[in-house]
Amino acid sequence: MTTSSKQPQKISRNTDLSDQEYRWGFVTDVDADMAPKGLSEDVVRFISARKSEPEWLLEWRLKAYRHWLTLQASDAEPKWAKVKYPPIDYQDMFYYSAPKRAEDAPQSLDEVDPELLEAFEKLGVPLHEREKLAGVAVDAVFDSVSVATTFAAKLEELGIIFCSFSEAVKNHPDLVRKHLGSVVPYTDNFFATLNSAVFSDGSFAYVPPGVRCPIELMTYFRINTEGSGQFERTLIIADKGAFVSYLEGCTAPIRRTSQLHAAVVELVALDDSEIKYSTVQNWFPGTKEGVGGVYNFVTKRGRADRAAKISWTQVETGSAITWKYPSVILRGDNSVGEFYSVALTNNYQQADTGTKMIHIGKNTKSTIVAKGISAGHGQNTYRGQVKIMPGAENATNHTQCDSLLIGDKCGAHTVPYIEVQNPTARLEHEASTSKVSDDQLFYLMQRGISDEEAHHMIITGWSRDVIKELPFEFAMEASQLLKVSLEGAVG
Amino acid sequence: MLEVTNLHARVVDAEDGEILKGLNLTVKSGEIHAIMGPNGSGKSTFANVLAGRPDYEVTEGDIKLDGESILETPPNERAHKGIFLAFQYPAEIPGVRPWQFMKAALDSRNEAHGEKKLSVREFSKLFDSKVAEVKINPDLMKRSLNEGFSGGEKKRNEMLQLAILEPRLAVLDETDSGLDVDAMGIVANAVNALRSPERSFIIVTHYVRLLHHITPDIVHVLADGRLVETGGPELAEEVEREGYKRFLSGQEAEPAPAGA
Ligand SMILES: Nc1ncnc2c1ncn2[C@@H]1O[C@H](COP(=O)(O)OP(=O)(O)OP(=O)(O)O)[C@@H](O)[C@H]1O
Ligand SMILES: [Mg+2]
Repeated sequence: MTTSSKQPQKISRNTDLSDQEYRWGFVTDVDADMAPKGLSEDVVRFISARKSEPEWLLEWRLKAYRHWLTLQASDAEPKWAKVKYPPIDYQDMFYYSAPKRAEDAPQSLDEVDPELLEAFEKLGVPLHEREKLAGVAVDAVFDSVSVATTFAAKLEELGIIFCSFSEAVKNHPDLVRKHLGSVVPYTDNFFATLNSAVFSDGSFAYVPPGVRCPIELMTYFRINTEGSGQFERTLIIADKGAFVSYLEGCTAPIRRTSQLHAAVVELVALDDSEIKYSTVQNWFPGTKEGVGGVYNFVTKRGRADRAAKISWTQVETGSAITWKYPSVILRGDNSVGEFYSVALTNNYQQADTGTKMIHIGKNTKSTIVAKGISAGHGQNTYRGQVKIMPGAENATNHTQCDSLLIGDKCGAHTVPYIEVQNPTARLEHEASTSKVSDDQLFYLMQRGISDEEAHHMIITGWSRDVIKELPFEFAMEASQLLKVSLEGAVG
Repeated sequence: MLEVTNLHARVVDAEDGEILKGLNLTVKSGEIHAIMGPNGSGKSTFANVLAGRPDYEVTEGDIKLDGESILETPPNERAHKGIFLAFQYPAEIPGVRPWQFMKAALDSRNEAHGEKKLSVREFSKLFDSKVAEVKINPDLMKRSLNEGFSGGEKKRNEMLQLAILEPRLAVLDETDSGLDVDAMGIVANAVNALRSPERSFIIVTHYVRLLHHITPDIVHVLADGRLVETGGPELAEEVEREGYKRFLSGQEAEPAPAGA
């Protein structure tokens, strides 16, 4: 399951080649798998070249890179989150590795890590998806490929574009160029800037005016962007009156080898459209003792135009560190933003997550339901901002933050920031902290339910308001995931 | 079926002394026992100790079910053996539907007994019929378990669970308290419907009224952690009339609840 333990391929300077190659300062062997270690302008050029990107995109990456240098020089890596980690050495990692080739992938499930197979079993991942999730060579997986192709044809008929980010750059450059960075500019924050310079791949979706996307995007494709590495870039555009529901990630415990992940997701919801974005994240959380694990620093933001709606739903159980604030800019009048979240931290996991709702248009409405479950030594912080701009007449926000503690070594923290610049705004904030009570546990156990199952029932019940927002197939898996993630914390 | 000998119990880690101080009780198959007793005498404690609540520890004595000690048996396994406790104060569980809860409970028992689980359809049929039988408002079943239920609705919900699980030994802890006259009839019906030579009941109550609907075989008075008197239904009438004065050692005596 490791990505590649191979030495980086030799990258030789060569003045003997074409102009272009010279200008980049190096050429690579055709089958070079990785960029050299560390981050430099050359590496940014290398990535762009490997993807045969147009000039404008390279320029955009370079602007981001140069900006990132200034941020780094001024020590602008964000430090305000309630998470602790050793300093990250940005020169001590690789920023590009080519997608794994079919010959290197396991040829069947028999060759896959048994621990992973066991996890699939526990989570109830459908059989036909297991091979894909485990990275079995694609041409060995007839079933899912044909399913995917059937749906691809259907989407095409409706004019829906759904492909990898790189493909979109090639085939729909105008759309990408128009919207890339329009919601999360490359100057946005340290990690988003880094992503803008070196992003590897990700997903792109466009739904034309008035079209309702008939399937959950990613339900059948959920591994397609897996392996696109640590700097994913996703862009989703719902044109006027369109609807799309998108699911990111998967419930399998992907053991990524790289520690730092800094993704950017931009959503553009044009007038009267709706985007529903669901995430189930279960990346490697580190060992029980708190060793290793993924650092997940993500920037997710959507822009809702007139009467548009953006809804984020997330179930976050993985990663050693989660730093993530899916946000909505309610730019158009009557636009709606929603954020539903369950974040679970067990053992030594740390999560600092929440949302930002920026109300600009009139009659804008936002809803925040944030639930944090802490067990073991887990630390869980909700950090949310609600900002009502001067023009946002009659804006409303309802925020509900609930924390559930299991054991007495964990922590839950709530940090709301509220800024109101228009007196007509109405805001409500509710917060609660509870424990799984002995009364509840005994009640369930008295009826025959085991200790572990009782905890699970209480916890998923408590998370119900969020889980019910997930697409149906994933709600079940998400609930199982909460159970698996709490193993060892109860009983 | 149930044999309790010299049972002493106290709250785990508490400085205070014992709550149960040598309780003896034998319940045979098919019998209905009523236990009455003053507030704070240990009735609920006894019921919870029978069910295996971890907050209490047994310091002496034994509880045997079908001749085998169950002191080391965890609560869920006691439930699988057929012990059911209708709680005096049922817990509220947000986000958990009564249907889901009961299905999980029944599944766990069937699994423990190596029996087949009911399919969703089979269980739904059973559930709906029992909902109708105990006349609980079906709208309540769409809510979270016990959340926002009135006192009486919670008690009816306990009877629904009793009717679905059909336990071998049911302990009803003041299920009749706070019930209107109709609900009282429902509790009585739920018990009487299950009454059989294989099944036993222990009914904890303060009022003789329920015992007019469910005629107990044996009535006990629990005072100060022991069963101090045992008799027939006439003992309940006496308690109702005279209160507990006779059973208490002096200073703790309080008048019987007025008008009850
Ligand atoms: N978990 C506990 N912690 C502390 N004290 C307890 C606990 N459980 C019971 N007690 C004490 O033990 C005594 C008996 O309580 P119990 O609830 O068994 O009484 P009861 O007979 O059921 O009374 P009631 O008729 O009021 O329901 C009381 O003094 C009570 O305060
Ligand atoms: Mg009591």
